[in-house]
Amino acid sequence: MTALLEVAGVSKRFRGLKAVSEVSFAVPQGGIVALIGPNGAGKTTTFNLIAGVFPPDEGRVMLQGRSITGLRPNQVCAAGIGRTFQIVKPFGDLSVEENVLVGALARERSVETARRQARAVLERLGLADQAARPARSLTLPDRKRLEVARALATRPTLLLLDEVLAGLRPTEVDRMAEVLRELNRREGLTILMIEHVMRAVMALSDHVVVLDHGEKIAEGTPAGIVADPRVIESYLGAEGI
Amino acid sequence: MTGRGILLLALAGALLLAAPLVADRYVLSVLTTVLWFAYVGQAWNVMMGFSGLLSLGHALYVGLGAYVAAALFVHFGIGPWLGLWAAMLAAVAAGSFIGFLSFRFGVRGVHFALLTIAFAEVARIGFDHIGWLGGSAGFFIPVAEEAGNDLANLRGSPVLFYYVALALVAGALALARALLHSRLGYQWLAVREEPDAAEASGVDLFRARMSAVVVSSALTALGGVFQAFYFNNLFPEQVFSMGRSIEIILPAIVGGIGTLFGPILGAFILTPLGELLTYLIEVTGYDLPGLKQLFYGVALVAIVVFRPEGVWPWLARRLGLARRPGETAVPPNREGTR
Repeated sequence: MTALLEVAGVSKRFRGLKAVSEVSFAVPQGGIVALIGPNGAGKTTTFNLIAGVFPPDEGRVMLQGRSITGLRPNQVCAAGIGRTFQIVKPFGDLSVEENVLVGALARERSVETARRQARAVLERLGLADQAARPARSLTLPDRKRLEVARALATRPTLLLLDEVLAGLRPTEVDRMAEVLRELNRREGLTILMIEHVMRAVMALSDHVVVLDHGEKIAEGTPAGIVADPRVIESYLGAEGI
Repeated sequence: MTGRGILLLALAGALLLAAPLVADRYVLSVLTTVLWFAYVGQAWNVMMGFSGLLSLGHALYVGLGAYVAAALFVHFGIGPWLGLWAAMLAAVAAGSFIGFLSFRFGVRGVHFALLTIAFAEVARIGFDHIGWLGGSAGFFIPVAEEAGNDLANLRGSPVLFYYVALALVAGALALARALLHSRLGYQWLAVREEPDAAEASGVDLFRARMSAVVVSSALTALGGVFQAFYFNNLFPEQVFSMGRSIEIILPAIVGGIGTLFGPILGAFILTPLGELLTYLIEVTGYDLPGLKQLFYGVALVAIVVFRPEGVWPWLARRLGLARRPGETAVPPNREGTR
């Protein structure tokens, strides 16, 4: 498999504090890669470096062999990366459909065509019957789905998911996991996910990257990772699985 | 809008068209003022209501538009229909400069608002010292002969100005509505709601914000051109004043920021209220200094406290004029209150 996304030795310091330190990993085309680690390990910072929220101090980010290092978030979106936010950021006063419409307008100039695309995405994520409601009135699980819907509507080749399963009930986790698996299998969507819900990580991902204190401490198959002593010590602990 | 909303809009339009047939000079002048504030309120709303950019210095664009068109007319004999392009250009240039400074260097929120005030104040003081434009003594356009209406030079009777103001309001309403349902309009709303998420969804924040400033300042400049030719006099202390900037934003706040009809409704509430107070003070003879401002202030506080989202959204719901997202079971027929 060829790498769709290649993160090569990226580092980021905040006022002297190394949030991410020389992290490298690759996301193969069509894969589902999970990024795990304890709180403060630098997972979201790594995401933000990929998504263009801030440029890395060192290192490069390559998408399909082209450097996207230092691009603005809207340019990263145009390059083909869609993202969700850990703390959901819906356009509160807009309707659910309009939220997704904004995402669709990233690649579509006609509002009517974009609206049709938005409806299709809402249908797919089971939000169609909420389309006309203001986004701020949604429950947390629905807001998380809306995050995914809006990112999907930008028609990404790579989807970055920042803890979209956290805070959901087990049935909702299964439902979301099913949607993601289907997108991956049917449409070849590549996914890089930050996740704490180990059950979902084990079930969904085919490759796991573990961060701790801003450094990559391990990577491998889900089964290999949960057996890795370093990972158990720093993150999973005895009761983690 | 609902059927009832469209009916009411048509009725209001017809009444406004017919108003000069029955209204006397005084009423007509009040109505013209109402329409003027409705218009510039709509223009301001493009920035604050649609894109979340708080401008507290919109008098700058009114003043630039007014002075440029008036100067071209008085000094070079260039009529307002040509002059308005130069007026809009001047306002857009000023707005773009402020926008560029702010959006390139990360000036946001309150600090952006302060910057808009600063520029308006600089203009106010600066124009006081431009002798070519009359300085602080004022700049005057030769008063119109009321006998003949000259639309080409915007010289004529109050009725002419009334209809021009009405056309401005109708035009701005149509433009704002079209923008709001366009790709750019949705991107503006997204930027207003959550800039980070908008940017992650492919919106170029700089371009979106700049375009809002350009549209808003150009529209506001037209209001300035109208003002210059309607009142025939311009004083920097008035046109560029902080008080004028506040007067411009009040109709939209009272009527409903970010709504299409809010600025119009707000103007129809505030201006007549002010006139009524003047009338009451005259009739009762209780002319205490600042009494009018006090009443005005209390009325404002009441509206802001009891209808923080503005009067229009509340009225629209009560009278069934428009639907908010989520209030209808049929998604396709959902225009919201915007």
